[in-house]
Amino acid sequence: MTRQKLVVIGNGMAPGRMLEHLFETAPDAYDVTIFNAEPRVNYDRIMLSPVLSGEKTFEDIVIHGDGWYVDHGVMLYKGHKIVGIDREAKTVLSEHGEVAAYDKLVIATGSAPFIIPVPGKDLPGVLTYRDLDDVDAMLLAAQSRGSAVVIGGGLLGLEAAAGLKEQGMDVTVIHLMPSLMERQLDPAAGYLLKRELESRGIKVVTKANTKQIVGDRRVEGVELEDGTVIPASLVVMAVGIRPNAALAQEAGLAVNRGIVVSDGMQTSDPDIYAVGECVEVDGKVYGLVAPLYQMADVAAGHLSGDSAKRFVDTSTATRLKVTGIDLYSAGDFAEGDDREEIVLRDANAGVYRRLVLKDNRIIGAVLYGDAADGPWFFDMLKKEMDVSGMRDTLIFGQAYQGGEPLDPTAAVAALPDDAEICGCNGICKGKIVNAITSKGLTSLDDVRAHTKASNSCGTCTGLVEQLMTLTLGDSYNPAAVQPMCKCTDLGHDDVRRLIRAKGLKSIPEVMQELEWKTSCGCAKCRPALNYYLVCDWPDEYADDYQSRFINERVHANIQKDGTYSVVPRMWGGVTSSAELRAIADVVDKFDIPTVKVTGGQRIDMLGIRKEDLPAVWADLGKAGFVSGQAYAKGLRTVKTCVGSDWCRFGTQDSTGLGIRIEKFMWGSWTPAKVKMAVSGCPRNCAEATCKDVGIICVDSGFEIHFAGAAGLDIKGTDVLGMVKTEDEALEHIVALVQMYREQGRYLERIYKWAKRIGHDEVRRQIMDDADKRKAYFGRFVFSQTFAQVDPWSERVSGKDKHEFRPMATLSLEAAE
Amino acid sequence: MNVMMQNWVAIGSLNDIPRRGARCVKNGGMTIAVFRTADDKIYALEDKCPHRNGPLSQGIVHDGCVTCPLHNWVISLETGKAQGADEGEAAMFPVRLDGDTVMLAIGMS
Repeated sequence: MTRQKLVVIGNGMAPGRMLEHLFETAPDAYDVTIFNAEPRVNYDRIMLSPVLSGEKTFEDIVIHGDGWYVDHGVMLYKGHKIVGIDREAKTVLSEHGEVAAYDKLVIATGSAPFIIPVPGKDLPGVLTYRDLDDVDAMLLAAQSRGSAVVIGGGLLGLEAAAGLKEQGMDVTVIHLMPSLMERQLDPAAGYLLKRELESRGIKVVTKANTKQIVGDRRVEGVELEDGTVIPASLVVMAVGIRPNAALAQEAGLAVNRGIVVSDGMQTSDPDIYAVGECVEVDGKVYGLVAPLYQMADVAAGHLSGDSAKRFVDTSTATRLKVTGIDLYSAGDFAEGDDREEIVLRDANAGVYRRLVLKDNRIIGAVLYGDAADGPWFFDMLKKEMDVSGMRDTLIFGQAYQGGEPLDPTAAVAALPDDAEICGCNGICKGKIVNAITSKGLTSLDDVRAHTKASNSCGTCTGLVEQLMTLTLGDSYNPAAVQPMCKCTDLGHDDVRRLIRAKGLKSIPEVMQELEWKTSCGCAKCRPALNYYLVCDWPDEYADDYQSRFINERVHANIQKDGTYSVVPRMWGGVTSSAELRAIADVVDKFDIPTVKVTGGQRIDMLGIRKEDLPAVWADLGKAGFVSGQAYAKGLRTVKTCVGSDWCRFGTQDSTGLGIRIEKFMWGSWTPAKVKMAVSGCPRNCAEATCKDVGIICVDSGFEIHFAGAAGLDIKGTDVLGMVKTEDEALEHIVALVQMYREQGRYLERIYKWAKRIGHDEVRRQIMDDADKRKAYFGRFVFSQTFAQVDPWSERVSGKDKHEFRPMATLSLEAAE
Repeated sequence: MNVMMQNWVAIGSLNDIPRRGARCVKNGGMTIAVFRTADDKIYALEDKCPHRNGPLSQGIVHDGCVTCPLHNWVISLETGKAQGADEGEAAMFPVRLDGDTVMLAIGMS
C-alpha cells in the first residue's frame, strides 16, 4: 500500500493526540510531516503553571520527546512557521522557504492570547501567558523579585499569579469583573478564592478596568480607569484567547470566529481538517483540553477511514491548578426561576459546595475546599440522573449515600463503569480497570502509560490510585510512595524535587521547609539529604560530614573490630613495581595484618587502626596514590582487560579507555556505588556485562551497556547503544551517570533506578537527545570541579584531624 | 583515698567535639565516647555497642541517639539503652560542662 502524505501545521496537544490515535489504528497509512512554529517538541501546556511555580521542569511536561518522532518516522520541522497553503497544488510553504506536498492537511494553529488594546501594550516587560517562551520570560523577570501585575482573574491569570508569587514576586491581580473566575465560579466561591489568594500575599483588585500601561522605555506600572497606578516591572496579560485562523482564511477556507469545521473536523476543503483551539464547531470555540482531545480522536478516525466518529459538545469540568487550592466547577450555575440550589458552607473548614438543580437533575456544581466529590456530581450531571431520592444528603457527597459513610475506596467502587475518572483525557473507570486486569498493570506509571489517565493535569491521581487498590487488592499499596524514613511522609522523589523547586540548600532548611517530624533527622535520611544537596548544589552546598556514614567521613572502610581498611586507586587496574613497593613498605611499617586483591582490580590493606590512617595515607600519597573511594557511594572502579595493547583478540585500547573514564569520573558522589568495566572484545574478560555501566569494544566502536548487577541480585546489562569514538563513549557514559545522579534515590543502584524509570526512557534521553545528553555532561563536569579533591591528601594536611585522635588519654596518675 | 569515688576530670573543650558528633577518651584499656548533640547537650558512653561491640563514637548522632556504624542499632544517649526492638545497654558515664570545659567522671577503684 502506498502511503499518503499527511502534513500537520502545529505541534500542540491536539495534533499530538490525533497522531497518537492515528499511529495506533493506522500506523502505515501516512508519511507524516509536522511544522511547528515553536522550536520544540510537543509538551503539556496545561502543566505550564507548575513549571512557572517551580514544581516541575520542562522535561517533566514533555509529551513526545524527540525519540517519539523518530520512532514513528515523523518529519518534525521545529521553529518552522507555515506562511501559505496552496490548495490547488496541495502544498504548504514555510517561512524558511520549505515546501511540502500533502494529500491530507491538518491545521492545528491553536490560539493567540488576546491583547487588550491599551496604550503601552507593546512595552518591554508586557507578556502573555501562552507557551514555554512566556514562562521562561516570566521566570527571568521574576529573578529581580520586583512587582508584577497580572491582568485577568480567570483560570490562566490566577495560575500565573500564584506561580509568580511562588517565584518571590510581589503580585497584584486586576480583574474586570466583580468576582474571580466568574465563568467557572459563583460569587461565593469567587470570594473564598480571593480570600485564599490574599492570605498568600497576592493582592486582588476586582472591577478594575485597565486604562493604560505606563512606562518610559519599559513597563513601570499599570494605570486603572479610576486613576490608580500600580507599579510593576512585569505585566502579564491573561484575559483570554482567540483562535489563530488567519492562515486558513488566507487559503480561502470558511472562517468565522475560528476555522469552521463539520462535526467530523473537516473544513470547507474536504482534504483539509482542523483540530484544537483554532476551530469553530457548531458556532462554538473551545479552550479546555477534554474537548480538544475529543476533536483529536474524531480527526484521527476520519483520517484512518472511520468516518462514523462525530464531535459532540459536552460540558467540561474545571479545576484550578494552584497547589493547596481545591476547586472544582462544572455545568451551569446561574440562578433562575426554574432552578433550585443546595448549598453547604463550613467556614471553619473553608468548605463551600453549591449544586444547581433543575427538574431534580444536577445542572451545575461548584465545590471549594474539598473537591473530592466533584467527579461524582459531574457524572450525575452528564447523565442527567434524577437525584430526588437522595436529595437530603446529596450535598454531603457520595460517602453519605445509603446510610453509613463509605470509605473513599468504597465510594470509587460504587461508581459505574462509564463514570469519567480522568477529565482531561476522557478516560472512564471501566477502561482503567480493564487495562489493569488485562495488561497486569501494577503501578501508577503503568496505568498512565497504558490509559493516559492521570497523565495530563494529574488531579485525578487519587481516584486512579483508589481504582488500583480496588482492582489489585493488597498487592497494590496506595502509599506506594514510600516515605524516606520515619522522619517524613515524603518519598525520595518528592524530596529531591522539592529541594530543587524550593531551592533548599542545607539540611536544616530541608527539614524546616518540608516539615520534618524529628528535630535533626536520623541515620537514614541525613546521609540521603546530604547526597541530594551535594548533587544539586555542587558549588554552594557545604558537605555535612556529620551526616555521612563513618566510611565516607573518614575515607576508609570500617571493619567488624573497629579497624579500617584502605584501598588506593589503581587506575584501570594497572600498577607498577614502584607502586607495589610503596604498598609493601606501608604494610611493613604499620604492621598491617591482611593484604588482599579486590574484585575491582586493586589492593586492599585491612586492619589499620584509625589513629594510623593519616600516616598511612601520607606514605601512600608520596608514592602517588590517591584514595580509591572504596568506601563511597560514588565512583568505585573501572575494571579493564589488556585490550589491543597485548591481547591478540583486542579490538580497541580498553585499558586506556578505562583509565580515561576513571580519571574523568573519580571523586563523584552518586546515589549508590558505581562500578564500571571496559572489555576489549566481546569475549568480555573484564566482565562488563554485570556492571552498573560497561563497555564492550568492537571493531566498529564501543557498545555501551548499563544496569547490570552482580550482588544481592544478578542481572546482565542492557545495551544503551553503540558509538564510534572514545570521546563519544565518554560523553554518553558521563551523561548516563549524571542522569542517575540527578534522579536516583539514595542507595538505589543503577539497575533499580533504570528499571523504575524505564530503560527506553534512559536511551531516549542519552542516545536520542543530544541536547539533553550534552546538558547532563556539562552538569557533571561542573560538579567535578568541586568533587575532584583527593580526600586523603586533605587529611594528611590536617583536615578533620579531630576524627583521628582521641580527645584525651587518661592515665591513672592524671586522674588522681 | 576512698574506693569507688568519682573523679571529675577535665577532658577538653566543648568545641573540640563536633556538633552531632563524638570524640573518644582513652582510659586505660577502655574507650569512652563523648557525644555532643545538635543542641549542645553532652553524653558519655562506653564506645561499645551492646550488640557486637561496634564503636558508637563513629555513628551518626541524631536527636538524643546514635546509630551504630556496624549494624545500625540505635542507642539512646540519655539512657545508654538500645531503641526499638533491640535489647541491650551501653555503659554510661557522668559528664558535665564547666563553662566550656567538658568534665568526665571516671569511677576509680
